[in-house]
Amino acid sequence: MDLTLKIWRQKDKNSAGQLVTYPLNGISPDMSFLEMLDVLNEELLVKGEEPVAFDHDCREGICGMCSLFINGRAHGPERGTTTCQLHMRHFNHGDTITIEPWRAAAFPVYKDLVVDRSAFDRIQQAGGYVSVNTGGVPDANEIAIPKTIADKAFDAATCIGCGACVAACKNASAMLFVSAKVSQLAMLPQGKVERKTRVENMVAQMDIEGFGACSNTGACAAECPVGISLDNIAMMNREYLGAKASSENVA
Amino acid sequence: MILDSKIPEGALAEKWDKHKFNVKLVNPANKRKYDIIVVGTGLAGASAAATLGELGYNVKAFCFQDSPRRAHSIAAQGGINAAKNYQNDGDSIFRLFYDTIKGGDYRAREANVYRLAQVSVDIIDQCVAQGVPFAREYGGLLANRSFGGAQVSRTFYARGQTGQQLLLGAYSALNRQIAYGKVKMFPRTEMLDLVMVDGKARGIVVRNLITGKVESHSAHAVVLATGGYGNVFFLSTNAMGSNATAAWRAHKKGALFANPCFTQIHPTCIPVSGEYQSKLTLMSESLRNDGRVWVPKTVEIAQRLRKGEISVNDIKEEDRDYYLERKYPAFGNLVPRDVASRNAKLMCDEGRGVGASGLAVYLDFADAIKREGQPAIAAKYGNLFEMYAKITDENPYEKPMRIYPAVHYTMGGLWVDYNLMTNIPGLYATGECNFSDHGANRLGASALMQGLADGYFVIPYTIGDYLAQTPYDKVSTDHPAFKEAEQNVKATTDRLLSIKGNRTVDDFHKALGLLMWDYCGMARNAEGLQFAKQEIRKLRDEFWQDVKVTGVNEELNQTLEKAHRVADFLELGELMVDDALHRNESCGGHFREEYQTPENEALRDDENFAYVAAWEYAGTSGNPILHKEELKFENVKLTQRSYK
Repeated sequence: MDLTLKIWRQKDKNSAGQLVTYPLNGISPDMSFLEMLDVLNEELLVKGEEPVAFDHDCREGICGMCSLFINGRAHGPERGTTTCQLHMRHFNHGDTITIEPWRAAAFPVYKDLVVDRSAFDRIQQAGGYVSVNTGGVPDANEIAIPKTIADKAFDAATCIGCGACVAACKNASAMLFVSAKVSQLAMLPQGKVERKTRVENMVAQMDIEGFGACSNTGACAAECPVGISLDNIAMMNREYLGAKASSENVA
Repeated sequence: MILDSKIPEGALAEKWDKHKFNVKLVNPANKRKYDIIVVGTGLAGASAAATLGELGYNVKAFCFQDSPRRAHSIAAQGGINAAKNYQNDGDSIFRLFYDTIKGGDYRAREANVYRLAQVSVDIIDQCVAQGVPFAREYGGLLANRSFGGAQVSRTFYARGQTGQQLLLGAYSALNRQIAYGKVKMFPRTEMLDLVMVDGKARGIVVRNLITGKVESHSAHAVVLATGGYGNVFFLSTNAMGSNATAAWRAHKKGALFANPCFTQIHPTCIPVSGEYQSKLTLMSESLRNDGRVWVPKTVEIAQRLRKGEISVNDIKEEDRDYYLERKYPAFGNLVPRDVASRNAKLMCDEGRGVGASGLAVYLDFADAIKREGQPAIAAKYGNLFEMYAKITDENPYEKPMRIYPAVHYTMGGLWVDYNLMTNIPGLYATGECNFSDHGANRLGASALMQGLADGYFVIPYTIGDYLAQTPYDKVSTDHPAFKEAEQNVKATTDRLLSIKGNRTVDDFHKALGLLMWDYCGMARNAEGLQFAKQEIRKLRDEFWQDVKVTGVNEELNQTLEKAHRVADFLELGELMVDDALHRNESCGGHFREEYQTPENEALRDDENFAYVAAWEYAGTSGNPILHKEELKFENVKLTQRSYK
């Protein structure tokens, strides 16, 4: 199939960017979206032009490195799919495809389609863990956890940290991302000891990073490639209120 | 050079405990006087960095991805082995040790493997304490499943995303230490050289992948946890960025590279669909618990299938050859990976392969769905089935999966002693980056086990032993050794940018990958290997004359990043070929066509090749120098592996 691509090109953090149009022909429907970009980049290289920078790594939908805002949708038109798992069979011959980076104040553009998502790491550093050192822990089967709870915690824990939720949100809110970790650990007995300080500290860091407020439109969950549920946001709100009502952040 | 593996004296089961008592300790208050560099933040790196930070050392951790959470350990699907014997089915530390040694076709060190089996039980405890949501039974206790090469159920899992959950556990421990200030994290930073002072590893030179700035970092010890080199084949199940550069540049500084030809070709991957293909996707080995592998019984049926005259579901039961069940009744579809891969290749070579290319076999779930119902199968493998459907546009609940072997893991790596230290004092290698535990073939669910064993439970002890004997003095990054390494990195970069040739980096990489796959892949022979060696040298010369790298150093330049990595693959590929050529036997994943049993199984030569081949770098035009570490087997009897 033949396509017209409109791709955001931006030299670096401090430069202004713009959409640049590239025709691209002979694309196979079995290619992944990123393989289609590989083909474009090889063509650009052969012509001596600078290839398009984009983040990608595992190409199997789990590392969360790939991003891309495709025709106004985070990770493109297929629900429940990362860009690397999106295949060209979902597009048609003659289509014009607009490709932009994630847009959020907290995710500044490094170059072209590559953004800085280190804010996510800093939120996790604020409390996304159980404070245990290596060694000296009880036997794994001493902590019995009901299967239903373990499964729910697992569902929250599958977040890949790609940032699609932020990109999809009109307020660029990170609530879905933060709530996935908060509720995973709040549900499990191992995480209960620190549940109050955790949610307070992670939410505080989220605000410092400049993510917007949540207005419950649900765009984040609709665009999440791994199906993180809005229930997590509800649970985090409850956790947060409870924590603020009887804060253990006394230090 | 005499290779001293430093295996402790004493009975196998007591070596590690005795060693832990005998190693020197660093007083808690003195730990903060030592700096440690950890390169790579996958399971082996993140667990090491976090644990060393907890102990009180000053740690600097580096990864080329935008976050430590993206390391490719995240993509491991099936599970992690541990000798917990929670299933009461006869597992024990010795059995896990025995299965691993046998699975590796008797080319691994007994002492290392036994220690691995010992600490495996601690890993599960640690991960559960961190909040890793492993699969559980209704009673609330942990669930297990079976994996290839074992007859007990000892694999812990988190649906088809075990690697993700374990890595996020290690990442959370790492984050905690970053927050405490004990670990300083450098994402989007790539190690491009090792720095040695007075014969010891004292730091690294890195390139900031955003600004291009070349920087030095000094420390008392350096840990490489940089993963494997499967991407030398271009197409593999590795992530696009996985590379050998850190390990290879350490090799060029004197670290020996052991058993480089031992690569694992995983039997169940989605077949190649076209030339544009950038990577291959694994379908977890756990699928072989319920999936049955088959091809049509005759070449004629296979041909009609490939032409589209009949569909797979038209093939009658009696016309299907469940060849693994037929040839290996005891292990059936759960034979080890090397055996399963080689048999898939044999079937396709006979002309009984399926799919348009004829390079695929079926993995069929029809019986399991009939037996347990679709919801039960979906609960076990749902995400894998979805992934398969997305990539192939076929529904695996209705039609069997088409699978074919693909490069997955590299058992070879930097040579290390029992302490995981390379032959360069102060330089350690952990996880897939070293060679030590899997011999010539790794069993499923053992990579996660080894990565976390090394990082959580081995290196925290052994590195202390080295540091306790190292003065506190720091080396300034103004030291001439750092300046010289920085100059070398800059010179290589300048050279790559100044060639301005005609062929792209990917073009060279694909050409190398094809050579490696055709001549140093699932089956090798002397003639093909000799040919490949010449061709790789030619390709390398051409690379340095005709590669096209655009842009400048002082920016985010992904083409330049790739060029550095492919330059190293072009050298490593030749060493793999040399190693495969010198090893005149077949063992595990190394199958030399000249050496096979009448039943086409790998034929080892224990008399002449029961050793680790550790290679010393001798320049790009010279021939590498072979050093041998004899493998002594005192606790297992070497036999022809049989899974019948």
